[in-house]
Amino acid sequence: MNWNKVYGLSLRHFYLIKSSFPRILDLVYWPSIQIFLWGFISKFFTLSSSYYNNTVGVILSAAILYDFLFRSSISYNMMFLEEIWSRNFTNLFISPIKIKEIIAALTLTAIVRTLIGMVPAALLAIPLFGVSIFKIGLPLISLLLSLYIFGITLGLLVTSGLIRFGPSFENIAWASLFFLAPLGCIYYPIEILPEWLQIIAKILPLVHIFEEMRNILINDIISYTQIFLAITISIFYFMLGVAVFYISYAGAKIRGTLINVGE
Amino acid sequence: MKLEVKNLVKKFKGFTAVKNISFNINDGQTLGVLGPNGCGKTTTIGMLLGLIKPSNGEILINDENFEKLNREKILSQFNFASPYVELPKKLTVKENLEIYGRLYGVNNLTKRIQEISYDLNLDLFLNKKTGELSSGQKNRVSLAKSLINSPKILFLDEPTASLDPDIGDFVRKYIEDYKSKNKVSILLASHNMKEVERLCDQVIMMKEGEIVDRGTCQSLIDKHGRNNLEDTFLKLARNKNELE
Repeated sequence: MNWNKVYGLSLRHFYLIKSSFPRILDLVYWPSIQIFLWGFISKFFTLSSSYYNNTVGVILSAAILYDFLFRSSISYNMMFLEEIWSRNFTNLFISPIKIKEIIAALTLTAIVRTLIGMVPAALLAIPLFGVSIFKIGLPLISLLLSLYIFGITLGLLVTSGLIRFGPSFENIAWASLFFLAPLGCIYYPIEILPEWLQIIAKILPLVHIFEEMRNILINDIISYTQIFLAITISIFYFMLGVAVFYISYAGAKIRGTLINVGE
Repeated sequence: MKLEVKNLVKKFKGFTAVKNISFNINDGQTLGVLGPNGCGKTTTIGMLLGLIKPSNGEILINDENFEKLNREKILSQFNFASPYVELPKKLTVKENLEIYGRLYGVNNLTKRIQEISYDLNLDLFLNKKTGELSSGQKNRVSLAKSLINSPKILFLDEPTASLDPDIGDFVRKYIEDYKSKNKVSILLASHNMKEVERLCDQVIMMKEGEIVDRGTCQSLIDKHGRNNLEDTFLKLARNKNELE
């Protein structure tokens, strides 16, 4: 791994963010809107639901964590799409950069983009709704790590699709997370799902992450097994995502689609 | 650096884009690749740049098979410019050159950017966003990017397309000078026959994925009894029977 090249590719995205105020605004705007929306919904539920009674902030915390996942994935996709939109794709893929360096650069840059949006949103929730995600304590780091790994995995899968099918796959990039959200049990416990869906949900890291978040906030209990499981499953999917990316790249070279991407 | 192509074939679903072509580019030589649209030029360049996997045949770099060599090591000695491939528009010229300099592992990058900016007259708009430049300026920036790593083999796809005669002449003269000073091997795909006559030592003419003729510009003109390369190109492109 040549870190100078990883840094070079990351610089491309930092310069892009730095050069455009609307881009920075866009990064901050949507997470903040989410906080407003879910803040009021959360407030209503805490007043009207026996399940959420005295657990102010569970829904809002879930919304913040889900948005963190969403932003990680979208950031990854966006950076790849930027190369296609700017017709820079060929220049990038003929440069002496390894695929793993491209993945590393996108992964490192995605966290910066995600944090630009999420930190102000999470801080905003404290004075506005009296909800601090930091109440989860140290396990928050593990939960965020697991969400991040899974987020960039989804990003990797979508970018693999972009390499394989070209820009027509762009719509899937926006919709990818919504496919999994119902199974993620973000705002409700897993028991709500029919039993057969629970089995499928458990093979995703999201259920373990959000169940654990509720466990900490509602019952004040930390299950390290659940956290370990979430991270392990996320890493497994990440490795799968990397493999799919390599396969898509090799396939695109055979089909000759790399040279036409962006046209 | 010597590049040798042996019996290269590229088949896509339902058709063969490149049919068993062979050619060499010797050290410091410029090879022109001519042919009508859809004749397989882009596919050939794509295979040479490692973007497309050949169905058959070999690409040899200094007598060693491209497939078996270290991809990054080889690509660090190649570069490519085309008006159809752009640099990020929201980034300044300097930022783009810095990024590609890093990707190509260029030493003394600041100095290299200064040199190339001076040579290609980029100084005045080095801090301007690439998307705000005129076609002529963009073209020179693209050329600067393609030379940032002082490549041993340079691939140029229609380097002066859509340029006015003055800037077109500037670019051609720059390529001529750069080649004489740096002994770079060049593959030039162009539809501008005067440009090809001026820059190329050898020419291959492609049609429907095949090489239909080859030689120096003058030898092809003489062989086909025409006055210039443009007429020779038209004859080869339009008249299938005369090729057989």
